Amino acid sequence: MQDFFAKHPSAWRAFDIFLPFLATLAALGVGAIMLMVFDANPLVAYGALLEGAFGSTNALADTLVKATPLLLVALGICIAFRGGVINIGGEGQLILGALAATLVGLTFPELPGYVVIPAALIFGFFAGAVWGAIPGFLKAYFNVNEILSTIMMNAIAVQGMNYLLREPMIDPDQLEAASRIPQTARLSAAFDLPRLVPTRLHLGTGLAIIAAFLVFIFLWRTIVGYRIRAVGLNPDASRYAGINVPRNIVLSLLLSGAFCGLAGAIQIYGLHHRMFTDGSATGFTGSAGFNGIVVALFGQLHPLGAIPASFLFGALIVGANKLQRVMQVPSSFIIALNGLVVVFVVGADYWRRKFARRREAEVVSEELETSEAEVPT
Amino acid sequence: MIAELFTTTVLVGILASGIRLATPYLYAALGETFGQRSGVLNLGVEGIMLLGAFAAFYTTFITENLWLGLLAAILVGGVMGLVVAIINVTLKAEQGISGIGIYLFGLGMSELLFQKTMGTVETVSGFAPVYIPFLSDIPILGEIFFQQNIMVYLAYLMVPIAWFILGKTTLGLKIRAVGENPEAADTLGVSVSGVRYITEIFGGVMSGIAGASLSIAILNVFQQNLTSGLGFIAVALVYFGGWRPVGVLVGSLIFSMVNALQLWVQVLNIPIPSDFAVMMPYVLTILALIVAVQRVRPPAALTKPYERGG
Repeated sequence: MQDFFAKHPSAWRAFDIFLPFLATLAALGVGAIMLMVFDANPLVAYGALLEGAFGSTNALADTLVKATPLLLVALGICIAFRGGVINIGGEGQLILGALAATLVGLTFPELPGYVVIPAALIFGFFAGAVWGAIPGFLKAYFNVNEILSTIMMNAIAVQGMNYLLREPMIDPDQLEAASRIPQTARLSAAFDLPRLVPTRLHLGTGLAIIAAFLVFIFLWRTIVGYRIRAVGLNPDASRYAGINVPRNIVLSLLLSGAFCGLAGAIQIYGLHHRMFTDGSATGFTGSAGFNGIVVALFGQLHPLGAIPASFLFGALIVGANKLQRVMQVPSSFIIALNGLVVVFVVGADYWRRKFARRREAEVVSEELETSEAEVPT
Repeated sequence: MIAELFTTTVLVGILASGIRLATPYLYAALGETFGQRSGVLNLGVEGIMLLGAFAAFYTTFITENLWLGLLAAILVGGVMGLVVAIINVTLKAEQGISGIGIYLFGLGMSELLFQKTMGTVETVSGFAPVYIPFLSDIPILGEIFFQQNIMVYLAYLMVPIAWFILGKTTLGLKIRAVGENPEAADTLGVSVSGVRYITEIFGGVMSGIAGASLSIAILNVFQQNLTSGLGFIAVALVYFGGWRPVGVLVGSLIFSMVNALQLWVQVLNIPIPSDFAVMMPYVLTILALIVAVQRVRPPAALTKPYERGG
């Protein structure tokens, strides 16, 4: 096997990309056992999953729609990871972005769409940036662990959202009706992102793909991006090289939050057209803030790798929803399955790193052999 | 209306609930302290608590035996701790992310099992208050401290036990060595993975008990997302407590008192939106973290998987 990889270096790349798939399949395997315990036929169930994700034009469009926020969050996660910080706060940043964007649309119902939509997306981008910058600032200047602070920021965002949607931002119709469902009024139809009728595919998907290319250019072709990556790779060396390390830590979490915020804004203008909550932590986001992390890992922490990765993960989620409806298993099955996929994908990364080290070791020893051969002259 | 908070009955009520509500924090955070001292951050405490809470509740509901319920939570917690160890220690996963996976799994799985086995919210009669002879008769103090149930007393008892094990035993020394300088510990023949497996399984067991303390000793009910963020705060409490059992005790009490106050504010109908009341502990956690980390340095190897010769 080692000979095979030695002869075909590109096979390594394939292995790296293939590994998360294997991990996901393993997670689905465990899910199948769970289904059997609950007297559901896993073959029928996963058939429904495939059909739900790819079975028709509509299914495929839904997969792309689901992939959109995942891709944007994953871009944010890539920036954070490359900058050496872990952003678990995508959930909260996404909520803040969605809230801010909704607020723009509700405040200016009379203005034309070509003014409001860009303004709302920018506002959402900034709101997410603020929610990401706070833990970044605390990390950079007060040494507060960003994993913990971002989790707390998520919880604060959820409660803030619940309050806003129950009281000041609630749909006036809901206020009159006794139901008081916590949601805002529907935004003016003039603000809907262009849609590929009759599917639900909207322009946001295209924007997200463009964003992926922009993030790639930013990280690898600009000085600011270079500094972020330098700090992520080696903060000490960066400091000696004169890079302001704390400022770049703030910047990576700020930008990371900004893309999560943009994801929230696009969810509102492309898909929901209003903000809503079911009171729970994952009701509005559908765990996109967490799943984006897995997508980023799937895509090898590369902005362009995140594009196919988000598509696959979107398919998994759309398919799982179909599975849940067809098999009549409680929706909590999806959350549990989601957790399994996260665990399996991060766990499987072990083999990628292990083989990467062995590969490096082989390259080094080969170089040593060739250089030794040259020495006798 | 605010004045109503300052009557003796209400104050005693708040303090007594505060003492009681510290229980889940104590179990979960003390368990997590062991893990973090050995260098492993288990962010999945919340998910394990939920599974433990369900296991304890369902077993008690079926068998009507609280101790069997507690045992079920211990077993489930131990198995989950083992899973965490496999992922974080053997597979060296990124601990911040694997913990979220464990959390989502516990959140979904506990609800799924609840839906499939029970479906409707039921209650059990949990551990009854144990009146400590003589002490419970002291006015005010007796009511606050000595009329709690056995799970509460045990939680507080765990503080000196944890302090003793971590600070005064060989095992504790090994745990601290592995968390501070795994290379040196390894050189001296301490099994880094072995120690971390022990602390993670112990942490899982303690998280399971923390969940059980909610479902069969304090709230005596199981419902979706019963723990609602307690497990995440418990992880932060370990940081706040400076990785020391006594610090964890102080942090747990501060937070449980805030929780108790929040409950009574709602009971007395004081007009603060409940969302803000729920939000308070998280804001407090961030502030607490800012204060705490200026004083103590985390274990040097925390969140860093150990590689021999690496």
